[in-house]
Amino acid sequence: MNIIVCIKQVPDTTEVRIDPSTGTLVREGVPSIINPFDENAIEAALQLVEAHGGCVTILTMGPPQAEQALRDALAMGADRAVLICDRAFAGSDTLATSYTLAQAIRSLGDFDLILCGKQAFDGDTAQVGPGLAEQLGLPQVTYAINIEVDGKKVRVKRLLDDRFEVVETRLPALLTVVKQINDPRHAGLRGVMKARKAEIPVLTAGDIEADITRCGLNGSPTNVVRVFSPQRHGQGEKLEGEPDEVARQLFEKLHTAQIV
Amino acid sequence: MSISLNKDVCTGCKLCLSSCPYGAIVITDGKAEITEACTLCGACVASCPVSAIVLEVIPKEQVDTSQYSGVWVVAEVHDEHLAGVSLELLGEGRKLADTLQVPLSLVLLGEQVEGLALVAGEFGADRVFLVQHPVLAQYRTAPFTDVISGLINREKPEIVLFGATPMGRDLASRIAARIGAGLTADCTGLEIDPGERLLLQTRPAFGGNVMATIVCRHARPQMATVRPKVMSKAEPQPGHEPEVIPVSVDLDERRVATKILEILREDSGSQVNLQEADIIVSGGRGLGKAENFKYIEELAAALGGAVGASRATVDAGWIPAYHQVGQTGKTVHPKLYVACGISGAVQHLAGMSSSDCIVAINKDPHAPIFDVAHFGIVGDLFEVIPALVKEIQRANGGD
Ligand SMILES: Cc1cc2nc3c(=O)[nH]c(=O)nc-3n(C[C@H](O)[C@H](O)[C@H](O)COP(=O)(O)OP(=O)(O)OC[C@H]3O[C@@H](n4cnc5c(N)ncnc54)[C@H](O)[C@@H]3O)c2cc1C
Ligand SMILES: Nc1ncnc2c1ncn2[C@@H]1O[C@H](COP(=O)(O)O)[C@@H](O)[C@H]1O
Repeated sequence: MNIIVCIKQVPDTTEVRIDPSTGTLVREGVPSIINPFDENAIEAALQLVEAHGGCVTILTMGPPQAEQALRDALAMGADRAVLICDRAFAGSDTLATSYTLAQAIRSLGDFDLILCGKQAFDGDTAQVGPGLAEQLGLPQVTYAINIEVDGKKVRVKRLLDDRFEVVETRLPALLTVVKQINDPRHAGLRGVMKARKAEIPVLTAGDIEADITRCGLNGSPTNVVRVFSPQRHGQGEKLEGEPDEVARQLFEKLHTAQIV
Repeated sequence: MSISLNKDVCTGCKLCLSSCPYGAIVITDGKAEITEACTLCGACVASCPVSAIVLEVIPKEQVDTSQYSGVWVVAEVHDEHLAGVSLELLGEGRKLADTLQVPLSLVLLGEQVEGLALVAGEFGADRVFLVQHPVLAQYRTAPFTDVISGLINREKPEIVLFGATPMGRDLASRIAARIGAGLTADCTGLEIDPGERLLLQTRPAFGGNVMATIVCRHARPQMATVRPKVMSKAEPQPGHEPEVIPVSVDLDERRVATKILEILREDSGSQVNLQEADIIVSGGRGLGKAENFKYIEELAAALGGAVGASRATVDAGWIPAYHQVGQTGKTVHPKLYVACGISGAVQHLAGMSSSDCIVAINKDPHAPIFDVAHFGIVGDLFEVIPALVKEIQRANGGD
């Protein structure tokens, strides 16, 4: 089976900077990693291909340096990787991103399954997976914690807030995976060597026949108008004394504040 | 938005007929034809094997925003009740609708859910779009997307709100992509810009280190998912009856690709949905070993709250992963969060720092958890927790 995994390169630190004039991320100088949930998606794809045969293709839309995330994925054992990169894609929101990814996937040919992470660590939206499924007209199953492929069907266990749900749908389909689905493997030395030498094709807007009015800032209905630091109320009140004494103090405070 | 059917390509195969939830496709002279009843929901597009049906999304600059009016909340039904987040959204939606001076509507899909329409009225809804069908008995992406996209296209609300729950996030992003709308994820603040009547949507990003305000100037509707437990429910008004607008749909189970085979709830009873809990007591590595979670459970039981955990304890196998709070776990917003033996790493703070009241119990006075705590206790949790439990029990006994 042919599996496409969509990954995103995200800043390795939560101490990110924002350009206040554009409201977009300043990526320069910030070390980057594969979005952690996407590593789980890669691992899930590798396991499925080990069981059923086939090929794992890694796809990312991002700036030129996103190529490193693709090499890291190849080192884990993916068969090939494609970078979708064009200035026209800059400033994409989730709608424009899913449109662009859909165009790229159409240009790549047949596939059985698309895997995404549950959500990206920077934007935390969880919107690209379902958006992409919609653009491609595929059934979607989000929050997968277990995947079983059986011929033209896939059975997925979903991790929801207070329950699990087992669903079945037809292939091709798009799934998003949660962290609990597996433990991503570490790249071995051979993988790293292979990945270093691999050719990574770069697709531009023209290559994927994208309508550039639907890409990047142009194709993004949402705009960030203000970015600010969350209010931290600073040091709260310290309660001191013997355990019995602080317990009594705390209870009184909570009681007065009508919390308990 | 517009839909077109290329008759030269259409083979008259009829597959699209049963895909249309609004019964708006007929076959004339061996070719499909889309009738006036079409709501542009787009469900037929994927059903056509020869791609004869094309749904065109209007470029955002060309959307006539003045045609859109009204605030909608999309309901989530859990065990035959309106989910807490739906009631919170009605409370918040009421304020937005009053500011805009437009009606507030609830979109309610399910099977035998008409009783909930009245509940929605008491919690602030002026109107309820009621869509009942056996296919809608449990949430599934495709039929819900088809029905709601169609309703949005027909009625043109200016704002549509969903809970930022697994269901709301799954559904809202699919609908937004279908109709070409903007969607802001996981909002914690909503406000109307008085000048432009725009919805100002504020949300945390980058693990809660940054807040961003997002607008959707040109496309409509303006859609957002909203974090549970952030907005407040309105005081219910008994007898406030909404106008119920039944919507008839023509759905066919055989056309739904996804089947729900099973729903499993593990150790129900003691286990509360963390995101719905008003009080959470969380334990961290400071507990030392798995058995010591009994301290956390006792305090949670005394307070009537749920048990949370840091990732370190989940990774150590002390407690199942669904208790985990934080960037890779759950984002919670209870009235009271008690962090016991948790250092307060940024990834943990990302999931709980917006709680109304945070209490930290930690023996290290420099632990970063104290930076976000409203009440900090520097002490040994094995002494402080039992004392606190005793205090609470004494107070309850004295009631
Ligand atoms: C990509 C990524 C994602 C992550 N996602 C999450 C996430 O979702 N959620 C999460 O929680 N973490 C997450 N983490 C991990 C996070 O960085 C921390 O490692 C973790 O939160 C630490 O857990 P802890 O506070 O229980 O343990 P520690 O950091 O070890 O803290 C234990 C604390 O207990 C105190 N203590 C010890 N004994 C006692 C006692 N007897 N009485 C009182 N206090 C005592 C100590 O002073 C210490 O402060 C993530 C990390 C990464 C890299
Ligand atoms: N630029 C991108 N390129 C490839 N995949 C992406 C991109 N952005 C998001 N994704 C995928 O969509 C998932 C959800 O991302 P998000 O909606 O941004 O939270 C990620 O885990 C990735 O699998």
